[in-house]
Amino acid sequence: MTDQTDGPTRPLSPHLQIYRWQWTMALSIAHRASGVALVVGILLLVWWLVAAAAGPDAFASAQGFIGSFIGQILLFGWSVAFFFHLCNGIRHLIWDSGKMLELGPAQGSAMAVLVATGTLTILAWIIAYAVK
Amino acid sequence: MSLKSPLGQVRGLGSAKEGVHHWWLQRVTALALIPLGLWFVISVIFMAGASHDDMVAWISSPFSAAIALLLIIATFWHAMLGVQVVIEDYVHNEGLKLASLLAIKGLLMLLGFACALSVIVLLVQG
Repeated sequence: MTDQTDGPTRPLSPHLQIYRWQWTMALSIAHRASGVALVVGILLLVWWLVAAAAGPDAFASAQGFIGSFIGQILLFGWSVAFFFHLCNGIRHLIWDSGKMLELGPAQGSAMAVLVATGTLTILAWIIAYAVK
Repeated sequence: MSLKSPLGQVRGLGSAKEGVHHWWLQRVTALALIPLGLWFVISVIFMAGASHDDMVAWISSPFSAAIALLLIIATFWHAMLGVQVVIEDYVHNEGLKLASLLAIKGLLMLLGFACALSVIVLLVQG
């Protein structure tokens, strides 16, 4: 008989409290989190489109909110989630084809996704404010 | 001994009860959303602060309206498939799981239809 007081003390894997932190796992959960964030954020964009169909007054108030400080912060967060989910989604599609699954490419592509997310987000906002 | 055929005995079994259908559609919609999503973001960048007339003029071109409708279908389909997996992973009570799946999918369908109808309204207005 195993002693029940000694039995469960050994570490179990995966055990998040003691699991060594890795970029690949951070991006994995971030993909899910950004997907959920995009669904929540879509409410703002649904409002924008429905308001346009409802008429000039409704559209003006939607545009007013999106152009406000809070609206711009929300839209910025949404854009980060969008570009991350896009770039990491492409990484997932490459994995689905059976390529780049080894540890090295998996970590390298994680870095590439983060760099691309930052670059695309900054670029989009620079262009958005430049064309205004 | 069962009178069912071997195929009939295994149909509907397996953890997902639906084979690769969900998985495949998530990839197809993801692939479609790469160009469609980029088109949307670029459009939003150039429509920021636009007047209502600009908005009607933009959406009411048949090309923009067609792309917008495809975008709406792919987005809400992909979103439904995605949140379904999240709910299935974290909600373990069968009743609650079914209720939340129906509620979230119903809500997304409502939002998707509202978007699609808005595009059609703008198309007719223009």
